[in-house]
Amino acid sequence: MTLHVDIPEETFSSILAKAFRNTAFVTGFVITLLILAMAVVSYIWTPYDVTKLVIADKTQGPSLAHWFGTDHFGRDILSMIMVGARNSIAVALVAVGIGMGVGVPLGAFAAARSGLVDEALMRINDLVFAFPALLSAIMITAIFGPGAVNAILAIGIFNIPVFARVARAGAMAIWPREFILAARAAGKSSTQISIEHVLPNIATLLLVQGTIQFALGILAEAGLSYLGLGAQPPMPSWGRMLFDAQTRMVVAPWMAIFPGMAIVITVLGLNLLGDGIADILDPKSRRQR
Amino acid sequence: MTAYLLKRLAISLATLLLASMVVFAVLEILPGDPARLMLGMNASADQVELLRNQMGLNAPMVWRYLHWVGGLLSLDFGRSYTYSVPVIDLVRERLAVSLPLALIALALSTIIAIPVGLFSASRRGRAGDTISMGAAQLGVAVPNFWFALMLIYVFAVWLRLVPAGGFPGWGAGAWQALKSLLLPAVALALPQAAILARVTRSALIEVLNEDYIRTARAKGLPYRTVLWRHALRNAMIPVLTILGLQFAFLLAGTIIIENVFYLPGLGRLVFQAITQRDLIVVESVVMLLVAAVIAVNLVVDLSYAVVDPRLRSRQ
Amino acid sequence: MSLLEIENLSLAIGDTPILKGIELSVAPGEVLGLVGESGSGKSMTALTLMQLLPHAARATGRVAFDGIDILAATEDQMCALRGYDIGMVFQEPMTALNPVKTIGEQVAEGIRWHTKATRAAAEERARQMLDRVGLPQAKFPLSRYPHELSGGQRQRVVIAIACALKPKLLIADEPTTALDVVLQAQILDLLRDLVAESRMGLLLISHDLAVVTEMADRITILRRGEVMEAGDTVRTLSEQLHPYTRQLAQASMHVPARAKVHAVGSAKPLLEVEGVTRDYPGRRTSLFQRAPAIRAVDDVSLSMAPGQSVALVGRSGCGKSTLARMILALDRPSSGTIRFRGETITGKSEAELKPARRDMQVVFQDPYGSFDPRQKVERLVAEPLHLLEKKPTRADCREMVAHALHEVGLDPRDMDKYPHEFSGGQRQRLSIARAIITRPKLVVADEPVSALDVSIRAQILDLFAELNQKLGIAYLFITHDLTVARAITDEVLVMHDGKIVERGKTNEVLDHPQSEAAKALVNAAPDLHRAIARKIQEQG
Repeated sequence: MTLHVDIPEETFSSILAKAFRNTAFVTGFVITLLILAMAVVSYIWTPYDVTKLVIADKTQGPSLAHWFGTDHFGRDILSMIMVGARNSIAVALVAVGIGMGVGVPLGAFAAARSGLVDEALMRINDLVFAFPALLSAIMITAIFGPGAVNAILAIGIFNIPVFARVARAGAMAIWPREFILAARAAGKSSTQISIEHVLPNIATLLLVQGTIQFALGILAEAGLSYLGLGAQPPMPSWGRMLFDAQTRMVVAPWMAIFPGMAIVITVLGLNLLGDGIADILDPKSRRQR
Repeated sequence: MTAYLLKRLAISLATLLLASMVVFAVLEILPGDPARLMLGMNASADQVELLRNQMGLNAPMVWRYLHWVGGLLSLDFGRSYTYSVPVIDLVRERLAVSLPLALIALALSTIIAIPVGLFSASRRGRAGDTISMGAAQLGVAVPNFWFALMLIYVFAVWLRLVPAGGFPGWGAGAWQALKSLLLPAVALALPQAAILARVTRSALIEVLNEDYIRTARAKGLPYRTVLWRHALRNAMIPVLTILGLQFAFLLAGTIIIENVFYLPGLGRLVFQAITQRDLIVVESVVMLLVAAVIAVNLVVDLSYAVVDPRLRSRQ
Repeated sequence: MSLLEIENLSLAIGDTPILKGIELSVAPGEVLGLVGESGSGKSMTALTLMQLLPHAARATGRVAFDGIDILAATEDQMCALRGYDIGMVFQEPMTALNPVKTIGEQVAEGIRWHTKATRAAAEERARQMLDRVGLPQAKFPLSRYPHELSGGQRQRVVIAIACALKPKLLIADEPTTALDVVLQAQILDLLRDLVAESRMGLLLISHDLAVVTEMADRITILRRGEVMEAGDTVRTLSEQLHPYTRQLAQASMHVPARAKVHAVGSAKPLLEVEGVTRDYPGRRTSLFQRAPAIRAVDDVSLSMAPGQSVALVGRSGCGKSTLARMILALDRPSSGTIRFRGETITGKSEAELKPARRDMQVVFQDPYGSFDPRQKVERLVAEPLHLLEKKPTRADCREMVAHALHEVGLDPRDMDKYPHEFSGGQRQRLSIARAIITRPKLVVADEPVSALDVSIRAQILDLFAELNQKLGIAYLFITHDLTVARAITDEVLVMHDGKIVERGKTNEVLDHPQSEAAKALVNAAPDLHRAIARKIQEQG
């Protein structure tokens, strides 16, 4: 399959102007900003202390005192969601960093070299793709023990081939361009060309993939901590909160509803942000509007 | 054509071989001595050593690898340390839950997604498109296990239409068994359907911008006919790619979903086996799942060739 | 009575006006040429007739086809017209056919749809039509897929689709622009015959005045969405009453003023190519077998003197671009040697090539694709400076870029802009500025003007000529367009199937071609003078 990369030809300010007219982008941007702000605020202030158990207040429904209710130890759900956001964001973000940091150079290298190097790298990619990500994450956490760091590692490793593939496909679409040929005629080496011409031109592609993987990372982290393989108690995490909620669904449905909503809104925000960026920067999608 | 088939087949086999080495190597470094686990904490060092010899754990690594692969090929997966039954029996029993679950989910997701994608693409920019893509956007964001919890709450706790979890076994009658697979399948399928619908729509829209669509319309074919006869088949390639990837997702998804619904499936088996350090089960099931993913990707590659004549004549 | 009558047609896409009060008409059996440069709205006129406009487009005025008001027609009525009464041929044959359907299916589809014929009957008609357009059963069964056909063959399939039901009007939108001159002549012949056979009206859209003159009874000249002049082809072009008509006609026949052939003397050759061959491995037919290698360039030898301007002409796929890449050391010959300034450059490493690269630069065809859109002009034009032994300082760099921009007729202040802020012609100037900044001895130009409008093309050719005089740069022009070769080169090499089949002084070769390949090129090349002369003769 060939990937079509259209290179937008615009200045920063005109892109910015367009961004603020794009509903998907604005909505996604605002949601993402709010979630990030929530995570940051949780370091300084939360409505209640999430490490203190108040058995007297256990499993209370939403009220003015506890907007989202309390859990089976009497902890405030809103406060736990705020603290949990840190964990989700940190895990997903670092995992994206790992994926990009390793995957993009690999993909760009494969595209620049083509031939055997490319073939070998792509076969390794195939190999990693053959392992369902969650299954491998479970195996990794099983080896190194559960915890946030190992969750990052597990998710990060599976971001590598994703970014490698996107970077390679993008780079392969750039390499046959005449301006690359012109750079070669100017005596630039393939490394120089990759850095100066190829990477800047696939940056938007990578940015969009980055938001997608960020969103997937949030989902994966939630899944792992639901299975007890992510951040360990007493550190609150959204997935773990859902696990605790499951057996108490009948008496305390809010324990399940609110953390789930937090995940949905975060992921939705990131996906909208990614869609928005792709929309703004891809001239083809603009033509359709 | 044959060259393409052979090349894909060779690549799949090589990937499978490499995958088996990876699985074996990973489990080699997994902490925990199976012999010690089987005998319990009170066993003496001599007893453990004796059992290790019996289990062939002291043999050289290469030999053990070959032995294991040989076993896999002859469907002799060894015996589970914890369940003390042949792994093949365990797998067979659990597969009877997981395979129907994954297939129902895949079918459900495809049946929902492709018409929605077609509908959306054909009324691009109109209300129908906006609503269905908004729903898809939401669907993509929903974690399947949370969705499962919500389904349980509504359909099992509140409406009491289906059981909240567990599996009566196929012996209890096909309807009873299917009923307990229904919610899990829906929970697995809907988020995947949302992704697939989005991919279908964007692939179609991309194709609809191609020159040959204009040629087809210049022949006098109505838009709808052009969509079905010309656009859909060309748009199938990205859709097939995603379907292949989704199969892997669905397999992994069963691990969580089977835990949510307490279904005795492969996913739950492998998850429990890892926590119990039942390595021989882990090895076999992981290998089985990986082989399934590779096989599905091979099928996807081959179906590209069916859809696209250019692949048939290229290498 | 006219078959097609357009009165006061205006069209806007969103808020942008595209067409302003267009008037034209086509009678049955008549060929109308619609001529204009890019952005003149000629393709949009065609799409309006077919009602295949983008969603945001709004058309006003009157378009009457065979008594039907097209602008008021329902989609169902249009479907009945399209492909039955009006056929259309598009510019880009490589993408105009559905890659997953056989050519038989694609030709028969319209026939079945309109005539409700059985599959067998429709395929029978499709077969006849393909035979008619020059794709006989033996080599082109209905079961062929588009990717198994060449560009010219695909365009024949598109024509078969458009003409399968003998429409009353055929619209051909730049039908030969993507093809080389020999194919162009063949396709034009085919269109001419089809039109004569069934008395079709033909609306031929083209940017090429010579092509239109050869084909059309009447022409309409369009510029920026407005009709400039319309009338009988011969009269319009021989009288050239309208200044724009004159401008177009002169630009398409433009020959830059340049001093006659450089005094070559006994100077050592600048470039020597000796017995160069390039093979590409054949494609794999099965796991262990490959088709025989494809020989793109076959034992080519040539030599160029300093300051000399040489054209390398040939049909598309003849190997001329491959040869150019090997000369530029961007591709390696399978055998043979290339010497530049007396030094062998074949088989050298990138580092060893640096001094040679400094003296050898390139200008590409596509003014849009040859610049990295993410970089400013300063960096783009300065790129070859990195070949200098001593890295210039930033200030020196800017100085040199400013000088180069000045030399190609651009404002030195342009260096802080991005390439997209320039028009196609300006970009080609940028391309030239980049090529001359290191003061090279040789510039290889691969179809440097074929993507440009005629008036811009004339200016760029002038620039090439001027720089040749001023800086003594030798040119190797790769082109399929003989007017370019005639305009600007001293010597010409004719390439065919990887071999050089003829060489000599440009005028001699073009006036008295000896080889079959050169004759074919010369005969097929559209030439405005000749076309007008022939037309006058025909009309007596």
